Amino acid sequence: MTKVFQAGSAESVTALDEVSLAIRDNEFFTLLGPSGCGKTTLLRLIAGFEQVTQGNILLFGDDVAGLPPHKRPINTVFQHYALFPHMTVAENVAFGLRMLRRDKAEIRRTVETMLTLVKMPELADRKSSQLSGGQQQRVALARALANHPRVLLLDEPLSALDLKLRQEMRLELKTLQRETGITFIFVTHDQEEALTMSDRIAVLQAGRIQQVGTPDTIYEQPANSFVANFMGETNLLPAVLGTAERDMISCLLEGGAEVLAQPVGNEAAGSRVTLSLRPERIVLSADPGTGLAGRITDRLYRGTDTSYRVKLEDGPELLVYEQNVADRSSGMSAGNSVGVLIAPGAARILVG
Amino acid sequence: MAEQRDAANHATWIDRFSSLPEARRSLILLSPAFALIGAFGIAPLCLILVYSFLVPGTYGGVVWEFSLDAYIQFLFERDIFDGTLAFNASYLQIGARSVILAGLAVVGCLLIGFPTAYFIATRPPGLRNVLIFLVTVPFWTNLLVRTFSMMLILRDQGPLNSVLMDIGITGQPLSLLYTDFAIGLGLLYSFLPFMVLPIYASLERIDFRLVEAAYDLYANRWKVLQRILIPLSLPGIAGGCFLVFIPSLSSFLAPDLLGGGKHLMISNLIAQQFGTARNWPFGAAAAMILLSLVLIALMIYARQTARRERKVV
Repeated sequence: MTKVFQAGSAESVTALDEVSLAIRDNEFFTLLGPSGCGKTTLLRLIAGFEQVTQGNILLFGDDVAGLPPHKRPINTVFQHYALFPHMTVAENVAFGLRMLRRDKAEIRRTVETMLTLVKMPELADRKSSQLSGGQQQRVALARALANHPRVLLLDEPLSALDLKLRQEMRLELKTLQRETGITFIFVTHDQEEALTMSDRIAVLQAGRIQQVGTPDTIYEQPANSFVANFMGETNLLPAVLGTAERDMISCLLEGGAEVLAQPVGNEAAGSRVTLSLRPERIVLSADPGTGLAGRITDRLYRGTDTSYRVKLEDGPELLVYEQNVADRSSGMSAGNSVGVLIAPGAARILVG
Repeated sequence: MAEQRDAANHATWIDRFSSLPEARRSLILLSPAFALIGAFGIAPLCLILVYSFLVPGTYGGVVWEFSLDAYIQFLFERDIFDGTLAFNASYLQIGARSVILAGLAVVGCLLIGFPTAYFIATRPPGLRNVLIFLVTVPFWTNLLVRTFSMMLILRDQGPLNSVLMDIGITGQPLSLLYTDFAIGLGLLYSFLPFMVLPIYASLERIDFRLVEAAYDLYANRWKVLQRILIPLSLPGIAGGCFLVFIPSLSSFLAPDLLGGGKHLMISNLIAQQFGTARNWPFGAAAAMILLSLVLIALMIYARQTARRERKVV
């Protein structure tokens, strides 16, 4: 499946600027970005609620760009579910199939299957206005999946749920996608959601795609500082490139500390770059003699880990996460001098 | 000194009032309204009810003698010579015409009012308020004036006929005025805002994401209207239909002016009986029959609303 968008919306606000994406069949694909980045516009273009200004949308080889929503084999789970309040749960789920003029027995069977699939067969005769948020979510899913669409669009479907339910639904959505074999296009601004559920992620910012890749690629090898910063916490450090040593290149931080990173392009020695250094990739040692010299300026206990702020000697301040695997509180409180170990390749050179 | 004493008395009066039980206080505060409704609403109604069971006086007025003749007269004609009753449908026809014309006015208002309300409800909020304001503009002018202007438009030499002749639809003026068509058009025009406003109020509250959801689930425009918009705006549609039906049924001006007094509706019959015909009991009986028709319509409405609410809960 190929999709090519070159869309700019009316009133010369360019919501999406020459976006080009190829989403594979059977994939859990996530559009991730901050609010206003164009991800919802992209979803609405795919669904057919908006028309592209320029370019086309190919669905399994057919151009669907000109088609109205009801002529596309695509269904949507809306952010606020948009269940029909004057219909029962079963009528909501049956709606699409009735519009497609399937026969009654088949509709009844499918509705039953779908409600079982989303684990609420006993609520078929309830009015949709009598359901809790989590239940509405499941009905909305069943209603969209009942039509066996080629593509299912999900517009921040978990954002209205509370934390516990949200985590549960993540697993369920992932399982549903695997079981049904339908391509899911999931829109979210929550990077954790994107990382845990997706086969691949597209990070959007200001109407442009910043990076497309698997969750670990996006996290470990961010293409630019926006992606690095948006996907979890990171230390963005200005550095000057030094000489290549074997397959690593030495980077000099402010204050002269040296960090080894994998070369990405063919930047010349002496050029200025930005390094992304994930806080969990830095190891602290109570012995100030090992690694780079630093001093703890702040310490926050966070349950599974502890977050430190460590000021390198004459250099930048780093954010560091240490797993709380053993009691290490001795010698690791604010004001103490520590050793900072940065493994070769832990830092990532960002271009742009 | 006197002023001070007055002020003191005043204070005690208020104190006494506020120390009364809640129910008594409400009753006292409501009493002016009750008195007004009683004197000018209930009492005349009772009077008309009583009149309808009396005998007409020779020069108008009533003779205080119990009789069911007024109601019998609505359906039967008493032979002048032998006093036998023969079925006479002419008054029933007036009643039926009233119901039919009011019904047609409802259908017409619905066909024009729903799209209008939908159009307004789908505009941006600022424009919506302007358009709703424009819908209410006809209310600024007296209904009599507006009905006269309808006469001017519809008459043989009027603008409607000249336009129709200019574009060659008709060679000679159509006689539009003084027909049932003119009455129906008058009713439609008079009561259209009563249809637009409640439907707009319903449509405006609909979450239009539901419409998108329906399109997404393979519904075409017609299905969206049939399955989503109409069911969800049903309270407004029902309200609008009754708000048009009830005043149309008892309309006086439209049939009097646009029907030329030849095509009577029930209100004209009532006016005639109290006026030129000098048969007050019969006029009163016709008024009671009209009132019953309206009450039946209201009861149907109340019942449907109650059923709908039960379904929602």
